[in-house]
Amino acid sequence: MATHRKPKLAVWKFASCDGCQLTLLDCEDELLAVAGAIDIANFPEASRAVIKGPYDVSLVEGSITTAHDAERIHQIRRDSKILVTIGACATGGGIQALRNFTDVKSYIPVVYAKPDYIKTLNKSTPIADHVAVDFELRGCPISKKQLIEAIVALLAGRKPQLPHYSVCMECKRRDTTCLAVAEGVPCLGPVTQAGCGAICPSYHRGCFGCFGPKELSNTESLSHWWQSNGMDNREIVRRFRSFNAYADAFRKESEAHE
Amino acid sequence: MSETKTASIASKDKIIKVDYLARVEGEGSLYVKVKGGKVKNVQFKIFEPPRFFEAFLRGRLYKEAPDITARICGICPIAYQMSSSQAMENAFGVKVSPGIRDLRRLIYCGEWIESHVLHVYMLHGPDFLGYESAIHMAKDHGDLVQKALRMKKLGNEIMEVVGGRAIHPINVGVGGFYRAPSKSELQALVDELQWCREAAIETVRLVAGFNFPEFDMDYEYVALSHPDEYAITEGRLISNRGLNIDVSEYEQFFEESHETHSHALHSAIKGRGAYFVGPLARFNLNFNQLHDEEKKLAEEVKCVPPINNPFKGIVVRSLETLYAVNESLRLIESYEPPEPSMIAITPKAGRGQGCTEAPRGICWHRYTLDDKGLIQDAKIVPPTSQNQKQIEKDLHQYVSQYIHLPKDQLTWQCEQAVRNYDPCISCATHFLKLEIDREE
Repeated sequence: MATHRKPKLAVWKFASCDGCQLTLLDCEDELLAVAGAIDIANFPEASRAVIKGPYDVSLVEGSITTAHDAERIHQIRRDSKILVTIGACATGGGIQALRNFTDVKSYIPVVYAKPDYIKTLNKSTPIADHVAVDFELRGCPISKKQLIEAIVALLAGRKPQLPHYSVCMECKRRDTTCLAVAEGVPCLGPVTQAGCGAICPSYHRGCFGCFGPKELSNTESLSHWWQSNGMDNREIVRRFRSFNAYADAFRKESEAHE
Repeated sequence: MSETKTASIASKDKIIKVDYLARVEGEGSLYVKVKGGKVKNVQFKIFEPPRFFEAFLRGRLYKEAPDITARICGICPIAYQMSSSQAMENAFGVKVSPGIRDLRRLIYCGEWIESHVLHVYMLHGPDFLGYESAIHMAKDHGDLVQKALRMKKLGNEIMEVVGGRAIHPINVGVGGFYRAPSKSELQALVDELQWCREAAIETVRLVAGFNFPEFDMDYEYVALSHPDEYAITEGRLISNRGLNIDVSEYEQFFEESHETHSHALHSAIKGRGAYFVGPLARFNLNFNQLHDEEKKLAEEVKCVPPINNPFKGIVVRSLETLYAVNESLRLIESYEPPEPSMIAITPKAGRGQGCTEAPRGICWHRYTLDDKGLIQDAKIVPPTSQNQKQIEKDLHQYVSQYIHLPKDQLTWQCEQAVRNYDPCISCATHFLKLEIDREE
């Protein structure tokens, strides 16, 4: 009987909180089915077993912040047929990209008693700044549903079906009253890519942009709206500078108000 | 053991080399040097690239701290959200209502269940049963892994209902919750919690039957302690060697040092050195405050304080899982949505501390704020950096005691000795590399 080789999946980590790779283990209903259909070839958080590359799919979590990591990602790219970034760090530089707006040298003594021991790059950059990326999963953290869709689709050789519209669409679908319009709550929903399920407004708080800017997001219009409601520049900067601060549209809008 | 991790032994210098320690959160490495049959040097190294949270928190508004600090760790975000919220409230002199307090305890129980079950079955359990991972284990023990996944899912569901999301919940804020869940939303969890109660009891009986290496150490245990409850969200800091302080006094009694070999700071009790935080510390110090059911079960499986064998941490975590399930049932039973769900706050200049029990031990925060509520200074001490010194001491002792074991076995057991602590190296990691350098 001819044996069909199972596709090999690898999970890699760079500067991050581990939350996006934990999402794979949080797929409680699907995990064993996924594990049955593929070989989990490299996933240190879950397994001691390591199978050598090349890998059919690599999931990459975290941003590049050290010279060593900037080299390591090239080897992973060479070993991977399909490379998918998972989460805001890998896709946009992550929360640690807040250093990109200042000189990181000013940060080191705040945290470490012996700054000489610390070797770090001045910027935290997304994976796509270093190697070609085949697919990006947004979110801080990523969504379970999108992760499963991406793995299934890529293994089947088709393009994952993910939305590129704004969080507002998800709010409408959930029938959540618009907090921005009804109550004047500052909300990044109009400029943020859908994917989370518009959770925040359903818990009565404005979106704070975990999934990063949507395509063609009109951030300038949103800032004007906030300004006309009395928000000062410092707060506008802070709102655009969180988990996706270095993603283009958010970065430019925050810089415009500095 | 996989090929890449198999020992490559040079005949002269006798080095055992492992690429990384798997099944911990994050990445680090381990170095053990043996000369003339004696352990000379042990280094538990953490290579997680620095992310500078304490630096970029400066200038942020107090309200943002729970969302930002949650990103230190995807495994225990609630710990960071709770400790930072509490520190801010402490700085502003705000006290939350009992209803908010209960809801915080409930979401924290969800995190304990999720994290403990993940550790017991997926990170630590495979060691005792001889598997590379829970996924490998599923081939022979499908029902067991299915049960574990269902338990873990319940922990996540509690966090989702109360917090909106399991990883980096969005509903936790300074002063309380953006929206309190309805009674019926919480009630919907009860049937599954009842199922999970039985599953947690079976888990305790199962793991208590594992074979544990003979290994007892004399530890100083540090945990929160509260007069009325098994401490999770608040209390005084106590130890089995007489420490009894307010969380605001932490820096007078504890200090951190920066070692060349690690990106994580090492904590110590001033003048005394290493200490142990986490389930074993809580269990040994606060055992009497567990519910009768957990105490009885602990006696049945002969796991009662003092437990000084860190390998038995897996039994204690399972008992704490049962505690968190029973506590969730109790909290849901008496739940009335707090009104308001979030206490209004007027910022003022000041300084505040917060400390809560993360699944793997105390997580301490301190912030200084200006009169607009902007953060001027932040200090965060995660549980793993507190345990780091003790992990090295354990390894030193363990290798000394078991130096005669075959290299592969000793290596695997050293990995387990680290895993006993469920280190969250993201709170501090990456490659955990074990090298045992034997010079005769």
